[in-house]
Amino acid sequence: MDLLLEYREQLLAGLVTTVQLALASLVLSVTMGLLGAWAKLSASRAANAVAGAYTTVVRGVPDLVLIMLVFFGGQVTVNRIGAATGLWNYVEISQFAAGALTIGIIFGAYFTETFRGAILAIPRGQIEAGISTGMSGPLLFRRIIWPQMVRYALPGFGNNWLVQLKTTALVSVIGLQDLVYNAFAAGRSTGALFTFMAAAFVIYLALTAVSDLGLRALERRYSRGVARA
Amino acid sequence: MTDPALRVENIRKSFGDHEVLKGISMTAEKGDVVAILGASGSGKSTFLRCINLLETPTDGTVWLKGEEMRMTSHRGERRPVDHRQVERMRSKLAMVFQGFNLWSHMTVMENIIEGPVHVLGTPRREARDKAAALLAKVGLSDRAEYYPAHLSGGQQQRVAIARALAMEPDVMLFDEPTSALDPELVGEVLAVMRALADEGRTMLVVTHEMAFARDVSSKTVFLNKGEICEQGAPADLFRNPQTEQFQAFLSRMN
Repeated sequence: MDLLLEYREQLLAGLVTTVQLALASLVLSVTMGLLGAWAKLSASRAANAVAGAYTTVVRGVPDLVLIMLVFFGGQVTVNRIGAATGLWNYVEISQFAAGALTIGIIFGAYFTETFRGAILAIPRGQIEAGISTGMSGPLLFRRIIWPQMVRYALPGFGNNWLVQLKTTALVSVIGLQDLVYNAFAAGRSTGALFTFMAAAFVIYLALTAVSDLGLRALERRYSRGVARA
Repeated sequence: MTDPALRVENIRKSFGDHEVLKGISMTAEKGDVVAILGASGSGKSTFLRCINLLETPTDGTVWLKGEEMRMTSHRGERRPVDHRQVERMRSKLAMVFQGFNLWSHMTVMENIIEGPVHVLGTPRREARDKAAALLAKVGLSDRAEYYPAHLSGGQQQRVAIARALAMEPDVMLFDEPTSALDPELVGEVLAVMRALADEGRTMLVVTHEMAFARDVSSKTVFLNKGEICEQGAPADLFRNPQTEQFQAFLSRMN
């Protein structure tokens, strides 16, 4: 316990990084998911094809491979393009940016499927009622589709989010000092690996427990009008 | 002479190779109640849905109070010239559906004020006052804060009618409004529709309720295989059906 207190600042800094990374990638993945669902449901063949390729490729490759590909390969590629076109000088992609970007893109593919299913679950007649009232596309989305879509999407969203939160642990391999990285480093230098990993275990569990509470509150809020069994 | 409330000219609709509507034209003057009859598959619901562009007709024109809904062709597909115009005209062509289609995440009151507040820009307080009056009219004043899931089918349909009325439409489109109801609930919905007819609302009603067509409509139209087979004053039409098809239809319905 004394050891943990001694290293509390590292652990806390790691926790903050983990939470920031999870939230940043969540924002990106929800955005990608909405765009992807829209593209998959759109009448445009081109949009269908792009979104189809996105979900197929991303869901078919291990997360770790993508993270390393973006972090190590991405930096080289960006700088080669910069050198070739002369548009920008040497840039360095931070570990945080690479991690958030990659995890956001990966989970965007899962959210695409979650949101697509949720939109399809809305009774068609309610959308027609909105259209026939004279609603514009954006108004229809905001007032009729979104509130109901969220309700249908929440169970899948909750799953995705919990996996996404835990996936942030993978960024320790590219050297981002998240909770796992710092706990591991502290454990190694003190020789008390078990103690620090147990601490990480408890902290992750606490994070998912808090998430669960939040998700349940959202579920209550978006279940308006649903007859409870 | 003033323009008719609604005029449609040569409405055609094909799904693939199948032509569902083969050129339908009709006019509804202000205050007309047009009952549209026909066997299932005759195209009557599709026709109604073509008027507010829930289906895009393959050909034909719709005028609402003299204003033409402008259409154009793009790569062989017809589509409206101006989405804003379509949205504005739809808001004046309120529709009541067979399946009610109330928004399930909103209370009765919220359902009714949604269109006025968000589409027409009516102040919320004013919209609520009007909604309360409409709820009284359809006999559901005590249900304003209920969700649709807690209402019977007949109550839901009456709310849907109130929701349509709240838009102060020029024409109301009813798509088989009583077909999804238990028999004992049909009467309450028909009573509300009769009252609307009596106060001079312009209505197009696709229905299987022969008594409603006969007693309430000012004009009855019989569709068969995507064409108008017979039309006229209901008294004449029901007493002297001119075509075999309409005779056969009437005898099946009785």
